[in-house]
Amino acid sequence: MEYAVKMEHINKAFSKVEVLKDVSFCLKPGEVHALMGENGAGKSTLMKILSGIYSTDGGTIEFYGQKVSIKSVQDAMGLGIALIHQEICAVPEMTIAENIFLAHVPAKFGIVKKKEREERALQLMKEFDLNIDVNTKLKDLNIAQQQMVEIIKALSQDVKVIIMDEPTSSLTISEIENLFGHIRRLKEQGTSIIYISHRMEETFEICDRLTVLRDGHLAGTSEVKDIDEDGIIKLMVGRNLDESFNEKIRPQGKEAILEVKNLETDKVHNISFQLKKGEILGFAGLVGAGRTETMNAIVGIDKIKSGSILLNGKEIKNKNMRQAIDNGIVLVPEDRKECGLVLSNTVRFNMLLPQLEKYIRFLHVNVKAEQEMVEEYSHKLSIRMHGPDQKAENLSGGNQQKIVISKWLACKPDILILDEPTRGIDVAAKAEIYSLIHQITEEGISVIMISSDLPEVMRISTRLAVLYEGNLQSIIEMSDDVTQEQVMYYAMGGK
Amino acid sequence: MKILNMVKAYFKRYGGILAALLILCIALSFVSPAFATQNNWINILRQISINALIAFGITQLIIVGGIDLSVGGVVAMSGCTSVVLINSGMPVAIAVILALLTGLLAGLINGFCVTVVKIVPFVVTLASFNIYSGLAYVVSNGSSVACKNIAFSKLGTGYIGAVPVPVIVMGVIMLLCWLIMNKTVLGQHIYATGGNERAAEYAGINTKKTRMFCYSLCGVLAAIAGVVLAAKMYSGQPTVGVGYEGDAIAASVLGGVSFEGGAGTIGGTLIGAIVIGVISNGLNLVGASYQTQLIAKGIIILIAVGIDTLKKEHVFNNLFGKVKNV
Repeated sequence: MEYAVKMEHINKAFSKVEVLKDVSFCLKPGEVHALMGENGAGKSTLMKILSGIYSTDGGTIEFYGQKVSIKSVQDAMGLGIALIHQEICAVPEMTIAENIFLAHVPAKFGIVKKKEREERALQLMKEFDLNIDVNTKLKDLNIAQQQMVEIIKALSQDVKVIIMDEPTSSLTISEIENLFGHIRRLKEQGTSIIYISHRMEETFEICDRLTVLRDGHLAGTSEVKDIDEDGIIKLMVGRNLDESFNEKIRPQGKEAILEVKNLETDKVHNISFQLKKGEILGFAGLVGAGRTETMNAIVGIDKIKSGSILLNGKEIKNKNMRQAIDNGIVLVPEDRKECGLVLSNTVRFNMLLPQLEKYIRFLHVNVKAEQEMVEEYSHKLSIRMHGPDQKAENLSGGNQQKIVISKWLACKPDILILDEPTRGIDVAAKAEIYSLIHQITEEGISVIMISSDLPEVMRISTRLAVLYEGNLQSIIEMSDDVTQEQVMYYAMGGK
Repeated sequence: MKILNMVKAYFKRYGGILAALLILCIALSFVSPAFATQNNWINILRQISINALIAFGITQLIIVGGIDLSVGGVVAMSGCTSVVLINSGMPVAIAVILALLTGLLAGLINGFCVTVVKIVPFVVTLASFNIYSGLAYVVSNGSSVACKNIAFSKLGTGYIGAVPVPVIVMGVIMLLCWLIMNKTVLGQHIYATGGNERAAEYAGINTKKTRMFCYSLCGVLAAIAGVVLAAKMYSGQPTVGVGYEGDAIAASVLGGVSFEGGAGTIGGTLIGAIVIGVISNGLNLVGASYQTQLIAKGIIILIAVGIDTLKKEHVFNNLFGKVKNV
């Protein structure tokens, strides 16, 4: 039979790192095809090749039986291939209507037909039950609304293949249902959909077939009805579920070290919790629930309107990061590339950054102490690099994250706050980060860990705080008996 | 109703800078009786026309995420070119068109270095400023070239009715730029590219072409300014363009153009240019020395933009928000 898309023997490398190795992928007309695999398995790269953002290093692509060469986004669009990006990719200063028709402005002789654009945008918004003025600027929408606009943007064009890269990551249940309705309708019209998602239940609900990638290789393709959850996981990790989760005892907390009382900022409301010495306090919740914002308030990045923070029973006021560090509280930020590292500089430079004054006195640089510190931590965290003078940007995501963590550990903190420490790093590196977290709690350091990966944060936490729209819904004493549904109940606003 | 809303939106957007302009005007009309006369206002508009022409080009370039520091060089180069060609006996129209083509070429070279060679715009235009200034010296043979062609000098000194020709040129160019930015697909692409280049690229917009257009337009507008200026001065002068980029950028920023790209308007830039013109004019009227004028201009720009930035950071809302709620 004729495939809508047939990608064969695709190879791709970024600066000598092979990301895709001999991957083949076929998409039938009118099917919803799940593309699965762990972070870093190569899903997004494969799809970016299909949509013209990256070029392939080798292999062939056929589109409805025709051999094609997709060199740019325009080429892909010309064929009728659209990609809904994982990260929101919109112009914040432009309106909803302008964003939906960004590259396909309704126009005559180069003159924009504003009325028609607004009407068509309104029509599309109605179809998705979105009741927002189409002249609202994108920057004034919340994340979920922005994501819906992204989806509408892709669906507004006449396309044959739509790639959805984690489209539901910040949508509510009703919005997801609505999206699925549209997917089913598109399917009936003969549109093929490639659906990337980490949520198993979505795969089983909406998809017909699935392809799993593992470490840049094709791990397998199957009809969804012929496989179960364990089978998929086995394909994803290449081994059985039990082995992949390095089971450890949850560290137990002792006396309270940090107490947050009725914390109120612009973004979070009336947050109160205790952090016990040596425990791992997890923070779960949807994107935008206020987890990062809570931490930002504690370390003094965001301004506190009211409420108090007690460290060992004494009230502290962190006006900025420096004071937080001096109080023994350090934060490993969410976006390591933006906030955690000076990518263009060396590993050594990055590791020493928070405490330069310790190694540099007037004009004297204590090279030996520097050397020892860098060696100690790169050994302790087993950072894989050519040497401390290698540039941070040339390391893998996992090793970059280890540098960020080690530079903060070197400050000898009492409290380590980790914001999404495992985002975008591979399984092996994740496992290392988990055991590192366990190791540092054994040293008596208390850890707060924010993660959007629910199974992960449930597995590792001593207790789990769940936030919803800036409010702390519940703190759950974790055990293996707590289910995802219980946590999601609070994360969706239950109380 | 619709018009009322538009007026409201206009004041909401430009309220701060308009208020500053109004206060400045009221103060000046008390200090100097000559200020609030029709003649003086026509004079102000004529004085700002050169700066505004350059600033319109700079505005759309900053919106698309670029910058052009070479405009002063282009002004000198095109001015000298037009005068030298006319003196050699060429018809005025053809000489002017060729002078404008030098601006287009300058813009294309800037655009090529930025979009294809991928050098940072700041560096490209810092370097090309020297090239274009140098070429102005080459064309003019190192000194100012007088032009005795009366038809040509009308471009800078003539009137149509009561309105000076440079002001009319400014008006026409402003309308054109406004149409491009607000009514055309190209304008949409400019805002999109400057607002989020990756999003624009992923949406299938040819961002290279878009930026190339902006650099070319900026070059042409600077060349128009150069020709008008040469006509006004009855001569092509190779030294004339120094510092023009500063005033043009100041006008854009005063008018609300964001250096982050993606935001700003042509109308705002006109207001910015008027503010700068009124400051110079007012200080002239009260007899302030050139050096005082420079210092005052710098301080006023800093204050105006500072207030605007603080407004965006919601500092004022936090300070005065509670008062408002009472």
